[in-house]
Amino acid sequence: MNGDEGSMAGTKHHDYHILPPDIAPLATTVGAFVFTSGMVLFMHDMPGGSFVPWAGFALLIAAMFMWFSKIVKEAHAGDHTPVVQLHQRYGMILFIASEVMFFVGWFWAFFDFSLFPSELAETIGGQWPPKAIEAVMDPFALPLLNTLILLCSGTTVTWAHHSLIHGDRDGLKKGLWATILLGVLFSFIQAYEYMHAPFGFGGNTYSSAFYMATGFHGFHVIVGTIMLIVCLKRTYNGDFTPRQHFGFEAAAWYWHFVDVVWLFLFVAVYVWGGWGYPTH
Amino acid sequence: MATTADHFQAHPEDHSHHDHDHKPAFFARWFMSTNHKDIGTMYLIFAIFAGIVGGLFSGMMRVELAEPGIQYLDTFATWFGAVNPDFNSTLHTWNVLITAHGLIMVFFMVMPAIIGGFGNWFVPLMIGAPDMAFPRMNNVSFWLTFFGFISLLFSAFVPGGTGNGAGTGWTVYAPLSTSGSPGPAVDFGIFALHLAGAGSITGAINFITTILNMRAPGMTLHKMPLFVWSVLVTAFLLLLSLPVLAAAITMLLTDRNFGTTFFDASGGGDPVLYQHLFWFFGHPEVYIMILPGFGIISQIVSTFSKKPVFGYLGMAYAMVAIGVVGFIVWAHHMYATGLSVNTKMYFTAATMVIAVPTGVKIFSWIATMWGGSIEFKSPMVWAIGFIFLFTVGGVTGVVLANGGVDDVLHDTYYVVAHFHYVLSLGAVTALFAGFYYWFPKMSGRMHSEFLSHVHFWVFFVGVNMIFFPMHFLGLQGMPRRYPDYADAYTQWNHVATIGYMVMAASLVVWFINIIYAFTAGKRAADNYWGEGATTLEWTLSSPPPFHQFETLPVIGETAHH
Repeated sequence: MNGDEGSMAGTKHHDYHILPPDIAPLATTVGAFVFTSGMVLFMHDMPGGSFVPWAGFALLIAAMFMWFSKIVKEAHAGDHTPVVQLHQRYGMILFIASEVMFFVGWFWAFFDFSLFPSELAETIGGQWPPKAIEAVMDPFALPLLNTLILLCSGTTVTWAHHSLIHGDRDGLKKGLWATILLGVLFSFIQAYEYMHAPFGFGGNTYSSAFYMATGFHGFHVIVGTIMLIVCLKRTYNGDFTPRQHFGFEAAAWYWHFVDVVWLFLFVAVYVWGGWGYPTH
Repeated sequence: MATTADHFQAHPEDHSHHDHDHKPAFFARWFMSTNHKDIGTMYLIFAIFAGIVGGLFSGMMRVELAEPGIQYLDTFATWFGAVNPDFNSTLHTWNVLITAHGLIMVFFMVMPAIIGGFGNWFVPLMIGAPDMAFPRMNNVSFWLTFFGFISLLFSAFVPGGTGNGAGTGWTVYAPLSTSGSPGPAVDFGIFALHLAGAGSITGAINFITTILNMRAPGMTLHKMPLFVWSVLVTAFLLLLSLPVLAAAITMLLTDRNFGTTFFDASGGGDPVLYQHLFWFFGHPEVYIMILPGFGIISQIVSTFSKKPVFGYLGMAYAMVAIGVVGFIVWAHHMYATGLSVNTKMYFTAATMVIAVPTGVKIFSWIATMWGGSIEFKSPMVWAIGFIFLFTVGGVTGVVLANGGVDDVLHDTYYVVAHFHYVLSLGAVTALFAGFYYWFPKMSGRMHSEFLSHVHFWVFFVGVNMIFFPMHFLGLQGMPRRYPDYADAYTQWNHVATIGYMVMAASLVVWFINIIYAFTAGKRAADNYWGEGATTLEWTLSSPPPFHQFETLPVIGETAHH
């Protein structure tokens, strides 16, 4: 590494990944900006509100697809040296840490409302769950089933990981298929639960905190499922080796993260938050 | 503090053959950039532009406050699209001015300049890295900040509360920001914070990864320049505090548009919950703005005293301590919301604790200068100005930390004086110090030392004229956030407005200095500050090659910090 006097400018003598210019970041941001601006139009029933958010969302997804495709190509090209893979590990861990803090915000609201229910608001009546809530979901019915589904999916993704490490491509595919199907099943059960919930969206703190916290978790499950589907497609394409498969590991880490968030939601919101209340 | 590259050989190729840099063409270079120096430059130019916009807003406020009564506000209201503004619309314009000024200066001037600008430019150079860990994500951080600013500008021209624009204050407190501002302006403002916040989180991930993984061989964490330490701590604060803000403003969004009642008391919600969530972010945010400034000042004081920083490890861990304790003091912004006495006692005590590591920093800078061979070059006068002015702001901070005292001073001009001493006179002074320290390194041209000193002294007089009288106004009971005041407050308000003009004149000197540097400035040598400047950026040409450190420098065993 030391003072190589003969080095030409433009010839690198290190293992870092120096990238050429790329339009994907600007395209991604324009997509995000069109989406947020379109959401303002949508929320205020202004002209364009019905299609601008979709246009922005489509651009966002297309740009991110372009971006991640390049990362996969670069991995094949050998740009992901050990130190670059270390960067990716750090990046993903830090991203998950920021996501944890995002959920801290929602749990903070939930515990504020449940530990100190408002005495003043008639809909609350100083009790938790509030007066406006006639019944809560039985935590030991569908939510417990969903808990078991997610825990089970945590084991199937580990099955896939072990298969990958031991060169068992068939096991990798089976494990991923199982994980994805369990994830989709979770999302369907969650949607069914929402449709048959004994309380609507909003209007009081219980339903606000319940739907936003579980809703953002559900959104993360969908994102995690998409990550796993990408991994499955890449597996069929012949990607991933027993030694280098960070794309898979990142998806698995993320999947365990949404799993853990669910455990906290299940224990705090579903079990403790509705303890002793009539269920539906 | 001086991390010396004992074995680093400056390659002649890096210096003379700039045409071998293979810079991309214009569009690719500036719209598709993956180069930390170009992205840093874009951040700096963006921050200067945003700072001018935010500064114009404060100018409009100072003009209005020069005399009691309402003079110009109805004219200002028409600038945002109001036709024949009525009384409510006129007063709403005042709220828009204070909101826009605060949000722009915090999110679109100080943060982009000090983290995005100087952080991007000098973290890789100081640790001997060829670029940031994630060059594309670096670019997305910049554009998210840029489009966040565009979204905020949009908000000024659509209905908010009783007139156009978001008039919520930079804190966006409910219920003013929910039921009090039904128009789309506040939604544009909330999305501006979402976009800029996402940009800051990706930037934080990038800085942490870069600093932990890309230090040159031999540069242990305890040999790392203090500016890099400051950015590392800052990045952790961003990473852990901004997502909580994201959750809080998402609750605002759903309360406003989708019928949730997080902050709506009629549905059992709690406006004070918003303040807790906001300040859990907002207090680390004030350290996010000042910690990189601490780092810059450490580099400069050491360089121009020609001594390593006094108590290097203490300086590094003082910043870590400030960062950690900064997460558990947030409710000192909320003493007037009806917190219990016990809660106020805890937050008073915890806040006071922060004075200890801050004192470590101030005294270590002084001890660094003590016995040094001091040169009063332009960055040094700004750095000494920083130490003086930040100390004033720090001392009033200790006053305000007391829950009992704050019951009286809360929401008065004393608070405005305090946070402008630590920000406008602290963070911004550190920005100018950093600017003069590194401008020739970035541009390749020397600025005028004479104009830099003129800039400093005019700025110093101006900002003190603006903000020192605000202590008096606050102690006399003048409340914040009003466009009008009792006649008794006239004199000091008038002085402050004159001070604004003095400060604005100093910025003209600054711009002349930049123009001078680019047109007539001498070419900058590699290390134009001489023997005191010992970090790795001084081993490179000015400006550095498009891709530096293609052979990594090696830090020797004997290198001292």
